[in-house]
Amino acid sequence: MIPVRSFFFAAALAFAAAVAANPREFDLPNGLRLIVKEDHRAPTVVHQVWYRAGSMDEAPGTTGVAHVLEHMMFKGTRSLGPEEFSRVVAEAGGRENAFTSTDYTAYHQQVHRDRLPLMMRLEADRMVNLVIRPEEFAREIKVVMEERRWRYEDQPRGLLYETLLATAFAAHPYKWPVIGWMQDLQSMSWKDASTWYRRWYAPNNAVVVVVGDVEPEQVLSWARRYYGALARKSIPSRKVLAEPAQRGMKRVIVKAPAELPYVRLAYKAPALRDPANEWEPFAISLLAELLGGSDTARLHQILVRERRVAISVGAEYDMISRGPGMVFLYAAAAQGRSGLDLEMNLREIVARVAAEGVSPEELERAKVQQIAQTIYKRDSFFAQALELGMLESSGLSFRDAERIPERLKAITAEQIRTVAAKYLIDDGLTVALLDPQPLPARAPGAAAPAARH
Amino acid sequence: MHQDTHPRQTRRNRRGFLRRISPRILWLLILTLSLPAEARVEIEHWVAQSGARVYFVETHALPILDVAVEFSAGSAYDPRDRAGLGRLTLAMLKAGSARYSEIETGRRIADSGGDLRSSFDVDRAGFSLRVLSSEAERTKAMETLAEMLQAPLFPTEAFEREKARAVANAREGETQPDRIAEKRLYALMYPAHPYGFSASPETLASINREDVERHYRSHYGSTRAVVTIVGDMDRAAAQALAESLTSRLARGVDSALAAVTPAPGGEVARIAHPSAQSHVVLGLAALSYGDPDYFPLLVGNHILGGGGFVSRLTKEVRSRQGYAYSVYSYFRPAARDGPFLVGLQTRRDQAKDALERTLELVAEFVARGPTAAEFAAAKKSMIGGYPLRYDTNRKVLDQVAAIGFYRLPLDWLDAYPANVQGVTLAQVRDAFARRVVPAKLSIVVVGAPD
Repeated sequence: MIPVRSFFFAAALAFAAAVAANPREFDLPNGLRLIVKEDHRAPTVVHQVWYRAGSMDEAPGTTGVAHVLEHMMFKGTRSLGPEEFSRVVAEAGGRENAFTSTDYTAYHQQVHRDRLPLMMRLEADRMVNLVIRPEEFAREIKVVMEERRWRYEDQPRGLLYETLLATAFAAHPYKWPVIGWMQDLQSMSWKDASTWYRRWYAPNNAVVVVVGDVEPEQVLSWARRYYGALARKSIPSRKVLAEPAQRGMKRVIVKAPAELPYVRLAYKAPALRDPANEWEPFAISLLAELLGGSDTARLHQILVRERRVAISVGAEYDMISRGPGMVFLYAAAAQGRSGLDLEMNLREIVARVAAEGVSPEELERAKVQQIAQTIYKRDSFFAQALELGMLESSGLSFRDAERIPERLKAITAEQIRTVAAKYLIDDGLTVALLDPQPLPARAPGAAAPAARH
Repeated sequence: MHQDTHPRQTRRNRRGFLRRISPRILWLLILTLSLPAEARVEIEHWVAQSGARVYFVETHALPILDVAVEFSAGSAYDPRDRAGLGRLTLAMLKAGSARYSEIETGRRIADSGGDLRSSFDVDRAGFSLRVLSSEAERTKAMETLAEMLQAPLFPTEAFEREKARAVANAREGETQPDRIAEKRLYALMYPAHPYGFSASPETLASINREDVERHYRSHYGSTRAVVTIVGDMDRAAAQALAESLTSRLARGVDSALAAVTPAPGGEVARIAHPSAQSHVVLGLAALSYGDPDYFPLLVGNHILGGGGFVSRLTKEVRSRQGYAYSVYSYFRPAARDGPFLVGLQTRRDQAKDALERTLELVAEFVARGPTAAEFAAAKKSMIGGYPLRYDTNRKVLDQVAAIGFYRLPLDWLDAYPANVQGVTLAQVRDAFARRVVPAKLSIVVVGAPD
C-alpha cells in the first residue's frame, strides 16, 4: 500500500473512533431508550423520536397507515389543538418534520439548546395523548393522496420503483410502498390510524436520540421528567417475515409519459445482522460504491463515458435494514438507446466483476470514499442523530457506528468478487423497464397561449 | 431499509414561523425567550493578487476543509439562442485539463476522499469541494481543482458526449409537468431578460465546442471569481490556496447583468398534460440581494407561505382544504430582481378551485398584511431559529459564499437577528404592496387544460 493511503486510514479511523466514543445510552424503567451525543460546535440540538414501526408492520388492505398516522401526529392531543404542535415549535424557532420508512417512523426537531425540554414535553405528550378527530382525518387523508400522486403517479421513475418492489417481493411487506396503495388510502378510516397508534406508540417501542450542545446527565433528567412518567404498554409480538428464495429472474415493464427509457435492477442481498462477525454486507456496500458511487466508478465510466449508452447511472445498497437487503442498479438511456440495451450492459458489468474481480486501486478508492463520508457526517448533528436512530431502530446498536469504518477497511478484493458472484446473479434479479410514452399531440417546447386572469 | 422515506413535508417549504400559543405552555416559552447570542461567524476577507475576492472562516473543530469557487457565469450570461451554454461549460471543466485527463481528474479527487459538487443558478457557476484537511489529501484534491478551473482542455469527444447528455435531459424535461411549468413561468416573468431563458434541445444542439471555450474565456476571469474557504486551515494556508486556485486565470472583465424590465404579468398559461395532478406555479420578478425591502419581504413571506406548517398558505390550502401536499411561497433573491414564487400541485379536477383560493390568500395578504400576532410570532420564530442557519460547516460555506458573491456586509449573518427585529409591520405591508402586486403575477397551470 502506498504511504498516502495508510496515512489516510490511520487518521480517518482515529478520528472516527474518537467522535464515535462519546454517545451515551440510558434505559428508562418504562422501556424508553435514550441516546445522547454531545457536540458543542454550535448552540443547537437535534431531538429525534424513533418508533419501531414502519410500513413492514402493516397488513394488506391498510397499507400506508404508518405514514398516515405520522401525518395525524401533528393534529392535536388531549391538551393541544390541531396545528398547535407546529405552532409551538415554530414559535420556539425550531425546524421540525417527520418521516416514515419501511422499518420505522421518526419525528424530529432542530432547536436552540434551551428549547430542548419544550420539545421533549411536546413529543412525550403526543406519544400517549394523541387525539385522532374524524374530521381532521378526513382532511389529512386527502393530503396524503395528493402526496401519493405527486411522488409516484406523476413521477415515471417513482412508479417504476414502486412496481419493481411489488414484483421483486412475493411475500415480504417490502412489496408495498411506504405511502400505501391508493385504494387502501381511499378506504382507510380514522379507526385504522387509531388502532395503529394504540398498537405501536409507547415508550417501550421508542428510541429518543439527542445530538448537540447538551450535557447528557441534564438531558437524562429532562427525559425522566417528560418521558419517564409514561406507562409501558404491551407491544404485539412480531412475526418473522421471510421472503421465499427467488428461483429465477423476474421482469416487469411500466409505461408512463417520458422521453428516455430507464431501467432499474434489483438483486436480493443480505442486510447487516451481526456487525462484529459478518463481512458480506460491508463487501456489498463497497461493491455498490465502486460500481456506482461516483463519476469514476465503473457504471459511469463505462456506460456514460466510454459506451455512451446512458446519460446517468447509479448503484444503491443499504446494509442497515430490518428486512431483506437489496442492491439496486439503474440507468437512464442516451438518445436512441433502449432499456433492454441498458439492462444488458448493466448485467455484463456485474458479470465481469463476478468473474474477474476488481483492482486494488478501485477497492481502495471505494473505501476512502465511504470512510470519508463517515467523517463528513460529523459536520451535521442531524446526520449523526439519523445514523444512531437508524441503527437502534433496525435491531442493531448505536455502538456499531464506530465499528463500520474498521469493518469496511478490512474487506479484500477477493471478498468483493465473492459477493458479486454470490448475490448479483440472474436468479435473484428483478428487472423493471420504463417504456416511455409520448405526450398526446403537443409539439415539443410549444407554448400554450396565455390569457389574462 | 431500502426504500425512500416519506417526510410529512418537503424541505422546500420548511423554515419555521408561527403565531399565538395556548396559555398552558406559555410559561415555558417565557423562560426561554432570551436571544441566542453566543455564536459569531468571523469572516476574513481579502482580494487575492489574482483579483479574486476571498472569504475565509477558520474553524478547527473538524478535520474537514470546504472550498467553493464561484464565477459570475450563471445561466443569465447565456446567449438566448445558446441557452444551456453556461451549464455545459461548467460540466466541461471536469472533462480534463493540461495536467490531468478526465479520468485522472475524477480519480485524484476520489482518492483523496473528496466530495466535489457543481453549483449552478441564474447568477453563479462553480464548484464546492469538501476534503479531509490532512495535508496529503487536501493538497491532492485542491491541486486537481486548481487545474480544472485554470487549465481546462475541453476535449472534443467529451464535449460531444456532454452535449448529447444535456440534449437528452432537456428532451426528458419537456415531458415532465413540473419542469414544463417552471420553464414557462420564467419565460413569462422575464420576457426580455436572460433570467427567463432556458435551455431546450434546440438551443443545446446549436452549441459547439468553440462556444464553450469562448464562454470560459470571457466568464471565468479571476475578477469574476469568489473563493470561499471554511474549515481546518490557517490564514496563511488559506491565502496560498486562494492564489493557487485563481492565479493562472485571465483577469477578465466584471460585466454586470442588465436590469430587469418588469413584465406586464397577469397572464395565465395553461398547458395540457395527462398528469394526475395539475402543477400550478405563480410568480413575478421581485427581489435583489442588498435591497432595502429584503427583510420586510422575508418576514412577510414567512407568514404567507415560507414558515412551514404554520404559514397561511399551508394552513388553508393544505391543512383545511386538503388540496395539496406541498404549497409554498418564497423569494429567490438574485443579482437582479429574483422571483417571488408560489406553487402547489393538486388533483387535476380541483386545480381551478385551489388556484382561486391561493390567489385570494395572496391578494388578501398583500392588501391587509399580517395581523399583529402573526407578525410578532414570525419575528420570534425567525430570530429563535437563527442559530440553525449556520450550525454546520456546510451551511457556513453556503451562507458566506452568498455574502461574498453578492457583496453583502461581512456581518450579514451576525446582524440577521437585529435586521429581522428592526422590521415593522408597516414596512411589511408597504413592501408587499409595492413588490407583490397580485394582478402582475404570471400563472402557469400544467395538467388539466381548463
